[in-house]
Amino acid sequence: MTPLVEASGVVKRFGSLLANDVAEFAVGPGEVVALLGENGAGKSTLCKILYGYYRADAGEFRVAGRPVRIASPHDARRLGIGMVFQNFSLIPALSVWENVALFLGNLPWAIGPTELRRRMRSLAERLRLSVDLRLPVGRLAVGDQQKVEILKQLLAGARVLILDEPTKVLAPQETEGLFKTIAELRNEGYGLVYITHKIREVMTCADRVAVMRQGRIVGTLPQREASEATLLGLMFGDPSLPLSHRRAPRPAATGATVLELAGITTPPDAGATVLHNLSLTIHSGEVLGVAGVSGNGQRELAELILGLRRSSRGAKRLWGQDATHWSPARIRARGVASIPDDPLALAIIPGLTVRENLALGNGRRYYAGVGLDWRTLNADMERIRTRLRSPPLPPDTRAAVLSGGNQQRLVLTRELAHDPKLIVALYPTRGLDRRGSVALQETFDALRVGGVAVLLVSEDLDELFTMSDRLIVLRDGHIAGTFLPASFRAELVGPCMVGAADAA
Amino acid sequence: MSTSLSVAVLMSSIRSGTSLLYATLGEMVGQRAGIVNLGLEGNMLIGAAVGFAATFLTGSPYLGVAAAALAGMVGNLLFAYIVVERRANQLAAGLTLLFLGFGASALIGRPFIGVIITGLPRFGDFDPLVWLAVPTALLMGWLLFRTRWGLALRAVGEDPAVVFAAGRRPDLLQYEALAVGGLLGGIGGAHLSVAFTLSWDEGMTAGRGFIAIALVIFAKWNPLWAVIGALIFGGAEALQLSLQAGGADVSPFLMNMIPYLLTLIVLVFWGWNRRSAAPAALGRSFFGVE
Amino acid sequence: MQRDFVMSLRGFATSAARQGALRAVAVALAALAIFALLLLADGKDPLHAYRDTLVYVFGNAYGFSELLVRMTPLLLTSVAVALPSRLGLINVGGEGQLYMGAWLASAGALAFPNLPAWLLLPLVTVSGFLGGALWALVPGLFRAAKLVNETISTLLLNYIAPLIVSFFIFGPWRSAESSSYPQSPAFVDAARLPSLGGTRIHLGLLYGLVGLALYALLMSRTRWGLEMRAIGGNPEASLRLGIPVAGYLVAAMTVAGGFAGLAGMAEVSAIQGRLVANLSPGYGYMGFLVAWLAGGSAAGILVMAFLFAVVSSVGDILQITQGVPYAVVNLLMGVILFIVLGQRGGGRR
Repeated sequence: MTPLVEASGVVKRFGSLLANDVAEFAVGPGEVVALLGENGAGKSTLCKILYGYYRADAGEFRVAGRPVRIASPHDARRLGIGMVFQNFSLIPALSVWENVALFLGNLPWAIGPTELRRRMRSLAERLRLSVDLRLPVGRLAVGDQQKVEILKQLLAGARVLILDEPTKVLAPQETEGLFKTIAELRNEGYGLVYITHKIREVMTCADRVAVMRQGRIVGTLPQREASEATLLGLMFGDPSLPLSHRRAPRPAATGATVLELAGITTPPDAGATVLHNLSLTIHSGEVLGVAGVSGNGQRELAELILGLRRSSRGAKRLWGQDATHWSPARIRARGVASIPDDPLALAIIPGLTVRENLALGNGRRYYAGVGLDWRTLNADMERIRTRLRSPPLPPDTRAAVLSGGNQQRLVLTRELAHDPKLIVALYPTRGLDRRGSVALQETFDALRVGGVAVLLVSEDLDELFTMSDRLIVLRDGHIAGTFLPASFRAELVGPCMVGAADAA
Repeated sequence: MSTSLSVAVLMSSIRSGTSLLYATLGEMVGQRAGIVNLGLEGNMLIGAAVGFAATFLTGSPYLGVAAAALAGMVGNLLFAYIVVERRANQLAAGLTLLFLGFGASALIGRPFIGVIITGLPRFGDFDPLVWLAVPTALLMGWLLFRTRWGLALRAVGEDPAVVFAAGRRPDLLQYEALAVGGLLGGIGGAHLSVAFTLSWDEGMTAGRGFIAIALVIFAKWNPLWAVIGALIFGGAEALQLSLQAGGADVSPFLMNMIPYLLTLIVLVFWGWNRRSAAPAALGRSFFGVE
Repeated sequence: MQRDFVMSLRGFATSAARQGALRAVAVALAALAIFALLLLADGKDPLHAYRDTLVYVFGNAYGFSELLVRMTPLLLTSVAVALPSRLGLINVGGEGQLYMGAWLASAGALAFPNLPAWLLLPLVTVSGFLGGALWALVPGLFRAAKLVNETISTLLLNYIAPLIVSFFIFGPWRSAESSSYPQSPAFVDAARLPSLGGTRIHLGLLYGLVGLALYALLMSRTRWGLEMRAIGGNPEASLRLGIPVAGYLVAAMTVAGGFAGLAGMAEVSAIQGRLVANLSPGYGYMGFLVAWLAGGSAAGILVMAFLFAVVSSVGDILQITQGVPYAVVNLLMGVILFIVLGQRGGGRR
């Protein structure tokens, strides 16, 4: 049977990063192919190339056996390829049928609703979407919205449907509905590509599994031959090799409790991950690593600690004091520093010079009457620069023109200047080169010895294993597992991140 | 109040509200596409001045209204250029149209101050623009909600990225929306000089452009509700006129403040009580950062 | 050495100063062109008119002093725009704030006619500042509370303020003297800003220059200025750094309004000597343009304010001698703003 879509020799680079290097990938009619892999493995990239969203640097594509070129989503749709993203391209204020109508090219000038609605209703029935088509999409449950999105693609003529992490936005009970829909579509002869990092889903609905790692497809198996163990092995690599050489084990943290979160739950918030009944403690002199696929609550956790996000239940204590309702300014003044995940957007004022940026956010430290105490500032800058062993930052250049790595260093310098006692760091080595990363790790180590507590969020298990005294895994807004250095192994932590097994 | 008086007030309200309705409909189309035009007042002034001048020069009020519509469209297209093409701040761009409108209309109308024209004829109690007002609202409703163009336009006002993903051109749609808006705004201004007062004076719109912006919010971006709103505000003006004619002792200055205060109150109330009635891409301009 | 020269030229070519100079030239050319067109349309000779006008403006001391008189309110109203603009706020309300400053200053002058000058003048000054400040406070609060954008609210208030002034002039403060148009009674001498020699240059000019200098120093040298610039540069980051963004927004608007209020106070105290209906030929809006053209820089404001004073003078003279309507200045402002916004990214602050 001719595959509906084939791709071979697909290569895609983003700068120096090799995102895709796929020898062969195909989807046949009436088949569900699961594309399984960790975050950053290249699954979305490959599919975006199939959908015309990206252009591959190299590769050949065939639809129904004929060679084709896919230069845009428009092309892809014409060829019968549809993709449902994690953020739907739906307009909440418009009704269901208006959203679909917007996408259809062959609409008459004055849209008569009858013909269109008839087609939609019959298709909707088959997909078990039983909502009033006149309702604004924003009022539908997320699972139904997803079905509208699927409907849209199908009515636009898709024979191949790509679903990018479809259960990510769904409530548990809605996933059942999704799997039924997928089964229906498969039975009608559509080809489906199911992108996921969750092994359980793969086992439930896929006919074939293609596992990706670091941009390549490292194995393709029919579902009946796949087991959790084999899949995990393909995803994370050979379990017998230790992924990191750890430093000598460190003494257990015995310092005072710096931060305590007790039963924190955040209110629902469109677009953000909700935290559920989260409890953790950090002691002085301890590095608490936070692992997890990005988007599972890391940013929200950091925002909560820094006072930028409110909790609806639970308490937050800093050095024993109830800090649940403290303002960000007060929390900073108390000795909490923040290294956010997007320094340019969140921590740097692009139009101000490096020196001016450093003067901000440090409370009264640099105030000198009406003006600023540049001398103390310069001294601090120098002190930390030597500690970080980094080249000096040009003090009078505008922050906007600095490289990503220098911007990160700028934030670090500023945050370390006021001798914080707790540092909340999100992906701090992102954008740093090898030397910078090592220097940062050594800094954190030194700070640790000096009694500072660090909450380190990272996607790099290697880094987490090297630096943490304890490790927690965040998944879907709650703590899915806690690990001590003895268990710092990828084959133990990885599955916890993707939900294959919950370690207590 | 005797029935004949209340009927008279109703008639007066309808006549007062007509130019408001056209202007409101014009602004509404633009806002539905996600663009707020603060310079509507300037647009209306251009329409009033050009309409008056053209009527006087050609002797035909119909040509005058047509010229006004065209002038309004040109004005709005200038505005569209800096907003859509140059991506300027919408509010600042509206100010541009405001200044241009004040200046250009004053210059165009200068030779005609004090001139009286025979304006649009009346059929029954109302001139043609009044008769066409409600049908225009219905037409706008049909355009926005029953045609492919209207659907795409409303989508642009919600999320231009989605429209782009659907293979349309959001910027072209915005130009088209603003062109239609300018046309209607020009007609709204023309009605004042060519049918209502039959004269021209600098700044004669007296804030109607701002009331129209408030009316768009009041009408929840729906043309049919705009009719009701224009009638109410027209009625307020009619009442004010009849009060003053009747010798009531309220300062005209306080009365003249009412449109602006009302607009401000509507805006504050809406800001307080925000429901998602507004086109999503529009809201940012109104509340805080664009 | 030649290389150095070329490099320094290149430096100048890309500097902000060059952009500012270009803009000034563009403004001047636009003005000359538009006035010329109108004169031609009226069948008059532009070059002749220009020569006469410029000779009057620059050629004699009184003409030149009038330029400074015109420049004074522009200095104040442009600071009223420039200061909030550094935080990302657009204050178009200079006109209304000017009127309300004039109103409250008049209230002070009329209420205490018997105070000596050294008491009354400061009182009137402070009232002027306060009037404008309060009128800008409300939009500031609305914006900080995310209720209404300040551009819209200040614009609406611009229409209300002159009506309040007119109400008082026609009503409670109506002067008993019969006159062709209503106005308030004349202020006592003690309430009037002193002027220089035989000209109309008055103490308000000092207010303007000092205000401009304070603005420049505030933004560049103080910690408040730094935090304000931070808010303008990245409000989200500023919030995270613990800067009280809402407080600064309100404070900036209020102080800005105060400056515009001083302009109004100067008009009634120095120029008019009483409260009249048409105080301002658009000083508020001109201040807006001056500030935007100058990019918020104090030196730029000085230059642009002077330029606009010239344009305004020329417009006035052309009106009197050639019958060109003053509304052309509005048109000119629209054209200038159009040009500024039409530059790539020219409108985004």
